[in-house]
Amino acid sequence: MIELVSRGRCITCDRCIAACPTNVFDRGPDGVPVVARQSDCQTCFMCEAYCPTDALFVAPNVAPLAEGDPLRDEQYLESAGLLGSYRAEIGWGHGRTPGARLAVGPDLHRPTATTPKGP
Amino acid sequence: MIDILDLTADVLVVGGGPAGAWAALKAAQAGADVLLVDKGYLGTSGATASAGTGVWYVEPEAKAREAAMASRENLNGHLSDRRWMARVLDQTYANINELAAAGRYPFPRDADGAELRKGVQGPEYMRRMRAWLKRSGVRILDHSPVLELMTDATGAVAGVAGHRRQIDQPYRVRAGAVVLATGGCAFLSRALGCDVNTGDGALFAAEVGAALSGMEFSNAYAIAPEFSTVTKTAYYSYASFYREDGTVLDGAGSQRGRSVIARELLHARVFARLDKADAAVQAAMRLGQPNFFLPFDRMRINPFTDRFPITLLLEGTVRGTGGVRIAGEDCSTGIPGLYVAGDVATRELICGGFTGGGSHNSAWAMSSGTWAGQAAARHATALGPNARRRKLTAAGRTGLRPTGAAADTIAELVRAVRAETHPYDKNYLRRGDVLTASLATLNEHWADARAHLRGADRLASRQAAAMLAHARWMYTAALARTESRGMHKRLDHPESDPGRRHRLIVGGLDELWSSPDPVRPHTPLDLAVA
Ligand SMILES: Cc1cc2nc3c(=O)[nH]c(=O)nc-3n(C[C@H](O)[C@H](O)[C@H](O)COP(=O)(O)OP(=O)(O)OC[C@H]3O[C@@H](n4cnc5c(N)ncnc54)[C@H](O)[C@@H]3O)c2cc1C
Ligand code: SF4
Ligand code: SF4
Repeated sequence: MIELVSRGRCITCDRCIAACPTNVFDRGPDGVPVVARQSDCQTCFMCEAYCPTDALFVAPNVAPLAEGDPLRDEQYLESAGLLGSYRAEIGWGHGRTPGARLAVGPDLHRPTATTPKGP
Repeated sequence: MIDILDLTADVLVVGGGPAGAWAALKAAQAGADVLLVDKGYLGTSGATASAGTGVWYVEPEAKAREAAMASRENLNGHLSDRRWMARVLDQTYANINELAAAGRYPFPRDADGAELRKGVQGPEYMRRMRAWLKRSGVRILDHSPVLELMTDATGAVAGVAGHRRQIDQPYRVRAGAVVLATGGCAFLSRALGCDVNTGDGALFAAEVGAALSGMEFSNAYAIAPEFSTVTKTAYYSYASFYREDGTVLDGAGSQRGRSVIARELLHARVFARLDKADAAVQAAMRLGQPNFFLPFDRMRINPFTDRFPITLLLEGTVRGTGGVRIAGEDCSTGIPGLYVAGDVATRELICGGFTGGGSHNSAWAMSSGTWAGQAAARHATALGPNARRRKLTAAGRTGLRPTGAAADTIAELVRAVRAETHPYDKNYLRRGDVLTASLATLNEHWADARAHLRGADRLASRQAAAMLAHARWMYTAALARTESRGMHKRLDHPESDPGRRHRLIVGGLDELWSSPDPVRPHTPLDLAVA
């Protein structure tokens, strides 16, 4: 679920408010979006992809994180390289190669036939 | 609340996933004035936008096409139709090539520089579609869910009513024709990108008299890490499955062994590890679908070496095949002025009773979108300017206009629908007595909702009504099909019955009915008999 809107990074461009398919954000009084309906978040990561300043973080969990979880801590996320990591991987943003250009996935019908390694 | 916004269009498209986007584009190319409205945002909303998508893109060579058509006929219960498959292969080939050129989609290239066009990344695909629609003059209203259809004096569909939720303003559109492209129904299961897919379009269509088909093929479940939403079952073909104590779960697999996983999950946890992927496959997975790795990277799990717990999330008709019955090659519904495209329509014509992952769905979305958009434009042109002067009647019932005292029972209804549709021992591993009991419970909720449901949040009211209707059509069809075929497996009827190789129509809202489709699928089996 959406867990972080960084006040320091946000440039109040409204893009996430428009792009979130389940309308999770409201525009705060100073323009910085607020997570008004976290329980509607469908954990689709799209707001991260659309934020031009990597100000948002979506934890992969379907339930909200507990107070004090590192994935809610901006400094931790920044140092772990997680802020903006999805946008970087799909190659969105100035000067990047769109990930679509490189997206050649594995063969999905014939997995390599190694036997499971057991416990 | 602000005063109602009144709009007009030749063609009104409901839903901005790939099906709606192609419908709008093709209607605009045919010269129509097009308005597209989406519950969320065209570009991020729907089952495609957040995922990676294989496309049924097959070179127009006889042998390759024959193989493509034959490949799934056994799996799908021989309910698909060769004529429709051939049309979809042709149309998809043309559309993908158009997406590369006019749509400016950046396909990957092979070593010789040739573009590989068998797949698209959802976020890039839908962002390009949005830009392309804008260049083509299509007007787009985001965060503007449709709540109901409007009909004229003859019963033809002549517009829609909805709500602009970010500014709390109701709106109404008068249109020559309406294309429904609202996607399937995943019952708010949190499967990636699918919470907008609550089956709204099927409810709207049924309220003006359209029928549904293939609703028994509605129990798709996808593998995801237990704590997450990211479903990419195809990648689990590289996985081994384990019990909590680390022993291998025999017979479990991403395709045919999924029911083994479901059975185990009823009483224990199941773990997976992608230990069949070598280094080259691992790298390709990351390039192919970066978001598959988000849950792992963020939780510091290495899915190739660590065992992680998994679950099965219901994807209902999103990766099932049932939907509004198609009455003609133009994706008409039998109701004048109403067309359907993508997951809201039945996909049996090319998928029969099975789809799972992979390529047919996206091909269907763009092909049916094309035909529906073009036909809607023709219909609107034939009506001329008079189309916009018709007197409109609202068609919405349950959730909007209760027959008795209004009550906000949304939360309770959603809970009830989930309790009858999500559990593996009700919907996945189906049995006649269990289905009968579930249907009876759902019918009671429907009677109550028809009489009382109206919440302050009109969209949520309608979503609850749509999911409830969907669940009832599903189980009505599942009970009527007393055999196993395609993805519909009955524990009490484990075999296929050759006498039942026909499609099944269901319909109705307060009273439900079902009957065999008089139109036979056109398959090699039928040709052999003829
Ligand atoms: C994880 C995942 C992976 C998949 N992978 C593949 C694949 O590899 N290959 C393949 O072929 N298929 C795949 N599919 C299936 C494919 O995504 C769908 O078939 C496809 O998205 C259908 O397109 P659509 O436009 O009909 O519906 P969607 O893409 O679901 O779009 C529906 C749109 O309608 C809007 N809407 C809903 N209700 C309303 C309303 N009341 N008013 C206005 N708008 C509304 C929604 O907001 C949404 O934008 C996958 C599906 C999932 C979930
Ligand atoms: S993850 Fe998806 S649903 Fe959640 S806030 Fe971001 S865009 Fe909205
Ligand atoms: S998209 Fe990013 S920068 Fe723009 S308003 Fe949202 S958080 Fe702020």
